[in-house]
Amino acid sequence: MAVFASLSDRLQDTFDKLRGKGRLTEDDINSAMREIRMALLEADVNYRVVRTFVKACKEKCMTAEVLDSLTPAQNVVRIVLDQLTQLLGTTEARLALAQNRTPNVIMLVGLQGSGKTTAAAKLAYMLKKQKHSPLLAACDTHRPAAADQLATLGGEIGVPVYRGDGKDAVKVASESIREAVDHLNDIVIVDTAGRLQIDEEMMTEAVAIKDAVRPDQILMVVDAMTGQDIVNVVSEFANRVDFDGVIMSKLDGDARGGGALSVREVTGKPIMFASMGEKPDSLEVFSPDRMAKRILGMGDVVGIIEQAEKLADEQSIADAERMLRQGFTMDDMLAQMQQIRKMGGLNKIIGMLPGGDRALSQSGANVDEAQITRIEAMIRSMTPEERLQPKKINGQRRKRIAAGSGRSVQEVNQLLKQWSEMNKMMGKMRQMANGFQTGGKNNRKARRQLNQMMRNMGGGNMGGMGGGNMGGFPF
Amino acid sequence: MALFDNLKKGLSRSREAISEIFYMGGEVDEEFWENLEDTLVMGDMGAEVAMQVTDDLREQAARENLRTAPQLRNALAKRLAEVFPRAKRDPFSSLPSCVLFVGINGAGKTTTVGKLAAAYHDLGVRCLIGGADTFRAAAIEQLQVWGERAGVDVVTRERGGDPASVCYDVLDQAEARGSELVLIDTAGRLHMSPELMRELAKVVKVSRKRATIPVTVVLVIDATTGQNGLNQAREFNEALDIDGLIVTKLDGTAKGGIAVGIAHELNLPIYRIGVGEGRDDLQTFDALEFCRALVGETEGMI
Repeated sequence: MAVFASLSDRLQDTFDKLRGKGRLTEDDINSAMREIRMALLEADVNYRVVRTFVKACKEKCMTAEVLDSLTPAQNVVRIVLDQLTQLLGTTEARLALAQNRTPNVIMLVGLQGSGKTTAAAKLAYMLKKQKHSPLLAACDTHRPAAADQLATLGGEIGVPVYRGDGKDAVKVASESIREAVDHLNDIVIVDTAGRLQIDEEMMTEAVAIKDAVRPDQILMVVDAMTGQDIVNVVSEFANRVDFDGVIMSKLDGDARGGGALSVREVTGKPIMFASMGEKPDSLEVFSPDRMAKRILGMGDVVGIIEQAEKLADEQSIADAERMLRQGFTMDDMLAQMQQIRKMGGLNKIIGMLPGGDRALSQSGANVDEAQITRIEAMIRSMTPEERLQPKKINGQRRKRIAAGSGRSVQEVNQLLKQWSEMNKMMGKMRQMANGFQTGGKNNRKARRQLNQMMRNMGGGNMGGMGGGNMGGFPF
Repeated sequence: MALFDNLKKGLSRSREAISEIFYMGGEVDEEFWENLEDTLVMGDMGAEVAMQVTDDLREQAARENLRTAPQLRNALAKRLAEVFPRAKRDPFSSLPSCVLFVGINGAGKTTTVGKLAAAYHDLGVRCLIGGADTFRAAAIEQLQVWGERAGVDVVTRERGGDPASVCYDVLDQAEARGSELVLIDTAGRLHMSPELMRELAKVVKVSRKRATIPVTVVLVIDATTGQNGLNQAREFNEALDIDGLIVTKLDGTAKGGIAVGIAHELNLPIYRIGVGEGRDDLQTFDALEFCRALVGETEGMI
């Protein structure tokens, strides 16, 4: 874990060395820019793009405001972040469909394995939810069973799929338009075969499909994990088939997705959607702000909250409210552990927090997933009564719990200590939440406060207690 | 030299870029080193690795009195090649053998299984394909098409079936038929999804337990992958204790430089590389040739 320290942490380190030096010099800024350069390269931003970007940032940073500021690190980070956000999202990124044309046509292109077929189904699902009547055209006639895949996905989301003879991609594409007219579909989504940008024959086919269906929008699907080569790929696709926007796929992974920046810089095309997994509803409108933070490794707080909210069913929302009202029981702790597991493990969550990586590496604690299992075992060895009122647990009971879970009494003690810390914090939060007295929104606001709290804790407590301190996640 | 040609075709962009630097002739200057570093970064070797490699090469140059670009190029290729451990056993030629293919979505697992089955069937090896990707839509159908093309039987179950029990069936069948090479495709998954990794760990465990022949777990990595490839390899290795790698899609302009980092950190051999669409385009990996192509050796130098 903590392979890549976040940019803000690294800059902080750089400027820490300069503390007490008074005014910063150009050299100091240069060393900060080196850190930025490394952060961007680690995120797979193309090195040429990095060069121009860093140069632009440096100019902005060489102003008196930054140099004389008391918190140069924060200032530099803010400038870089703003610059990056701006670059990622200055163009209006919305599907542009002609009003006077039926059906509208959207065509998807990209390399093999970038996720076109999945993205096609997701796009269809999204459009269907917006009261459109899409038709999927299976024009990948090269990969075995690609049309079957699209047909299966189409069946699952209730969108018709046109397969034609499954041999001639151009023919299938043109026929799909007629099919759409006959069946009153107002949008056709053309899924094409994956192709390498240097494969002459395949690129010619893509152009032929384009000429045949004259798409309103051509979207290129780009894998967020792509490395430096993305520049060659997108510029060739832009030259040959000319696309209108990009769908970034596999953003549910932990790749920084620096390719997004390269694509914008090299082609000027907007990133329109972020594709986050295999489920049909996991296509999101692209958010430049979040992407910028992700590229810089600054933690995706919004992402954590959303991920948690997705998992938080009615029951756990009710639990959260109850916790705020009545305090925190061992059952709640157990539920949290399970929640954390569902969200992809503690390391991932901490990694997503600003400062999380830094806190982890500083405390030298490696958060051990097995620790969660141990805590679970201990809580499961408690009686229901003990779980509700952990204060009851005396020496005798501790011994019993330790024996029941195969842990030592010390570990049980530690768990109880953690519980009491968390319970204290809950008390604080309760006060905070009581500050907002507005009916149903109460819960959301409270959660936002929790989040604020988490942020504050980022540097200090995390991982400080033998790696088991879950203090910050009472969702 | 077919391998070298193909590799070179695949790596030509990088070669050109590096050649540009190296053909400046005469003594190398500061700009040379800077460009070299950039080129390595461009090949997805990672910024830190690239810096390290260039710094080391500088020292070596001073120590061994290397002055000209070709000398440096040669030294660099050798240095990089040393990073790759040699495979102790090639799971595709030491038969009988069972190979499980794992990796993230879209890396090229199914296609790799199909190509290998076809190639080894043609060589007269008794192959069997196992379809343990019961998750992705039409993954089974895709594999079956490959099986038909290759003339190799595919053992699988309906979509949604338990992948571990598919593997059990496959190995049962393999034993009954006396198959020599068993290739099992698994569903693509992100390395950070703990449930899916646990599922895969079970698949591997069941296969290792059931098999009477050696089981090899191979991670398939797409050459276009950037720095995240290292995370992938790390996580897969941790969960499954993988034996080696196959790097696919080296026929594009991507250089697969991330393989250097992976091989170095995890000490994993590369069994095959994919350099084209055809069934014979999965070739054995030769570290020195790979690195020579990567740093732009000329034809006359082989």
